[in-house]
Amino acid sequence: MDAIAQALHGALGLIVAADRALLGIVALSLQVSLAAVLAATLLGLPLGAAIAIGRFPGRRALVILLNALMGLPPVVVGLFVYLMLSRAGPLGASGLLFTPPAMVIAQAILILPIIAALCRQAVEDAWIEYEEQLRSLGARGIGAALTLVWDIRFSLLTAVLAGLGRASAEVGAVMIVGGNIDGVTRVMTTTIALETSKGDLPLALSLGIVLIVLVIALNAIAHLVKDAAQRRYG
Amino acid sequence: MEVKRWLTGLIAAAVMLPALAQQKFITVASTTSTEQSGLFKHLLPLFEKRTGIQVRVVALGTGQALDMGKRGDADVVFVHARPLEEKFVTEGFGVKRFEVMYNDFVLIGPKADPARVAGGKDVLEAFRKVKAAQAPFVSRGDKSGTHFAELEIWKAAGIDIAKHKGRWYRDTGQGMGPALNSAAGMNAYILADRGTWLSFKNRADLSIVLEGDRRLFNQYGIILVNPAKHPTVKKETGQAFIDWVVSAQGQKAIAEYRIGGEQLFFPNAAK
Repeated sequence: MDAIAQALHGALGLIVAADRALLGIVALSLQVSLAAVLAATLLGLPLGAAIAIGRFPGRRALVILLNALMGLPPVVVGLFVYLMLSRAGPLGASGLLFTPPAMVIAQAILILPIIAALCRQAVEDAWIEYEEQLRSLGARGIGAALTLVWDIRFSLLTAVLAGLGRASAEVGAVMIVGGNIDGVTRVMTTTIALETSKGDLPLALSLGIVLIVLVIALNAIAHLVKDAAQRRYG
Repeated sequence: MEVKRWLTGLIAAAVMLPALAQQKFITVASTTSTEQSGLFKHLLPLFEKRTGIQVRVVALGTGQALDMGKRGDADVVFVHARPLEEKFVTEGFGVKRFEVMYNDFVLIGPKADPARVAGGKDVLEAFRKVKAAQAPFVSRGDKSGTHFAELEIWKAAGIDIAKHKGRWYRDTGQGMGPALNSAAGMNAYILADRGTWLSFKNRADLSIVLEGDRRLFNQYGIILVNPAKHPTVKKETGQAFIDWVVSAQGQKAIAEYRIGGEQLFFPNAAK
């Protein structure tokens, strides 16, 4: 228990001291994960909605695949993106390996299925309820899907937050494509892994607590924004 | 429309991320021992201050670091497994190998010392005793320089470890630090580089049980990745880093790095 008390105390110390190097790491973590969530949301919501109301051969298989991909192993995604961006790989000329954009790409791939699959379910449920109404208004196809997405936008927040949770928590993918370079691609999770490697377990746990506090704060902000928006427009 | 403006702003910010990194830099593939011992934190700011070149270190096992060089993802490799390094150069992936510094490996074990190796001077004898006692032994198992050195010792001790490893031999496939964490948890013997051991904090019941055998010598080398294989290699800045590391000034900086008064690496570049 000693170590845990020490870690809690250390976490408090880290937050109070607001060390510059740590702030840089926190800022990069937020930048990378939020950019990944943004990209995955822009792609995932239309994709999920299209699958929800589309009727085409192989749809069931696609739904199963999408649900299964929610469990994509970060290390595998990291390896895949690494091989793509490596100088010897097809996109090597981009020079993106070991940069923050490479980390954004890896995390976006990782969370795209989560956002798309959760959106697919939510839109499908709403579609059952509102199909006739939408049809009578003459909405069909993609138009109807996007109308539904907009109608249930507040419930879709959970899908987006699930993506954010996964992005900010994973270490396997960003470690491989970012390289955990000090001051360039070092984020919260890779710092925690590094301090664990150095055997400084209390510091690693302190950083972990800071990360959890940060994620809770982000979720709280998201919900406050949602509530305010709902009161105003909902 | 507010939302749209916000989104455009966010996208622009995301796209501009790489623009933040316009400073001149090179990428060095190195080993966990040099990074985790804190050597680079001491060394790199000195070089950056002098030349304005930022050195980005990706710390991996030696095998993986050399592989990164082979793929052209690093400009310089800074590792510690001489036979592998020489192969890297003769196969044309590297330009020329320079010796930089050395330290040594140490055999770490539980204070209770179930295999009774403490105080000995012969690492081969110690390895034989660990095997005879079937005492828990943690192996890196990750094709790192330290793993390579461990395998060489088993071979020299006349033990075919691939054939004889039993439940006592725990192949963890981890970096030095995580492997030390595992050894601390299992009260196992483990071969470690002295630098990582000195800076390692979670020692639990472990301590050095054997050191000083000539076979535990650990030489580091530095190599520029061959620009003829990978035109993207930053030839001039990469070589500038190598030149500095083996220069009198770089060598002095290496010698000056200490933890708790103890020197971690001993410069020995050819004059």
